[in-house]
Amino acid sequence: MEKMEKRDLQIAPEQIKYANILFYGSWLGILILGVFFLLYVSGIISPFVPSSVIPNYWGMNVHDYNQHLNLPVGWGWLGMIMYGDYLNFLGIAFLALLTIIGYLILIPYYLKSKDVAYATIAGLEIIILLLAASGILRVGGH
Amino acid sequence: MLEKIASLWILASTINPAVTSDSVAAAASNVHAGPPWWVWPLALFIATIILGILAVLAGVGGGVLYVPLVSSFFPFHLDFVRGAGLLVALSGALAAGPGLLRKNLANLRLTLPLALIASTCSIIGAFIGLAAPTWIVQTALGLTIMFIAVLFIVSKNTEYPEVKGSDPLAEKLKIEGSYREESTGKIINWRVSRTPAGMLFFILIGLLAGAFGLGAGWANVPVLNLLMGAPLKVAVGTSKFLLSITDTSAAWIYLNQGCIIPLIAVPSIVGIMLGSFIGVKILAVTKPSIVRYIVIGMLFFAGVRALLKGLGIWG
Repeated sequence: MEKMEKRDLQIAPEQIKYANILFYGSWLGILILGVFFLLYVSGIISPFVPSSVIPNYWGMNVHDYNQHLNLPVGWGWLGMIMYGDYLNFLGIAFLALLTIIGYLILIPYYLKSKDVAYATIAGLEIIILLLAASGILRVGGH
Repeated sequence: MLEKIASLWILASTINPAVTSDSVAAAASNVHAGPPWWVWPLALFIATIILGILAVLAGVGGGVLYVPLVSSFFPFHLDFVRGAGLLVALSGALAAGPGLLRKNLANLRLTLPLALIASTCSIIGAFIGLAAPTWIVQTALGLTIMFIAVLFIVSKNTEYPEVKGSDPLAEKLKIEGSYREESTGKIINWRVSRTPAGMLFFILIGLLAGAFGLGAGWANVPVLNLLMGAPLKVAVGTSKFLLSITDTSAAWIYLNQGCIIPLIAVPSIVGIMLGSFIGVKILAVTKPSIVRYIVIGMLFFAGVRALLKGLGIWG
């Protein structure tokens, strides 16, 4: 560990860029989430599953819950955002996409500085996150 | 009410034929006999504010308190609690990330290789957690939470660990950095060692985060600080930022499986964040060590409760 009296702190420009994307993105995502939730619980936008019946089912495992209410899995929610409950998924998905956007910004920086190792790591991370987001990977029931 | 449900049924059948609403309409006629539907989300909102305050005062992530306590004392299935728990940890990490990155307390060069391992393994963990029988997951969660409580008691993090030199991998990846120590105004330069061993630990951390829906700061910090030798502030900052990547991959798996119920997830996210803001204000006028012991006690209790619930002995 070295302690120095230097005044200036060197922070990589790509790190600042990533921080800015997270800053604006996360607060925008939380705002979207809050507004859509209010529209949902206030009844301004009707839900697909009425709020009053959800307590009958939220004690079930996810497989039974989806089966009893015949709900979509994967990206099926995107076709149902006209309903108040599914509208909330837009805010959640936006938050979950922020990291992918951040990594997409990082790659050009690493390629420009010929940092092949980190460009590869960032590329692999994007593939992993897109694979998780794609819904291709499925889990069997409990 | 019936008109509304009937119109919903017609609309749903028209717009999305893949999703038939028969079961929803049938479900709607079976209105819950207990308290009004809004009581539990409201109780959850209040509980998560308190959890958010306690988490800040005890210096732990909200997710590690959220999953065991909510799954033990609320009527929601563990699948939905884990889904919400991941979103709680994710949104907290996303909100904290920018400040940590700008101060260089979270470092991209340290984070990226570890995040790749942890996020890949968190997907595998999510699959294991969702495919395994609930009682096994609940029992394993109870044991893990009790282990975390013990870890909080015995773990003595070091503010500035002594690192003689970087290991070859850290040197090749140029994992090093600096930050300003606000109390002295000095710039602290740091580097890490034992990177391959640290990476092995992040396999386990990713698996646990995905399987239990826990933010894994409790495990990240000791590995970064005690094993790899990152200064405590860098370990804490990088750990928090790491969660934004690790939990993203697991959150997508839970989202795609249908494990997110907005009535559970959104009040939790807002409650924890609100509680964290209040906690930061209270932090200046309280004794964190006392709160830390209260939280350790809560973790033990929640761990025992989850264990007994998993084994079918209690609840």
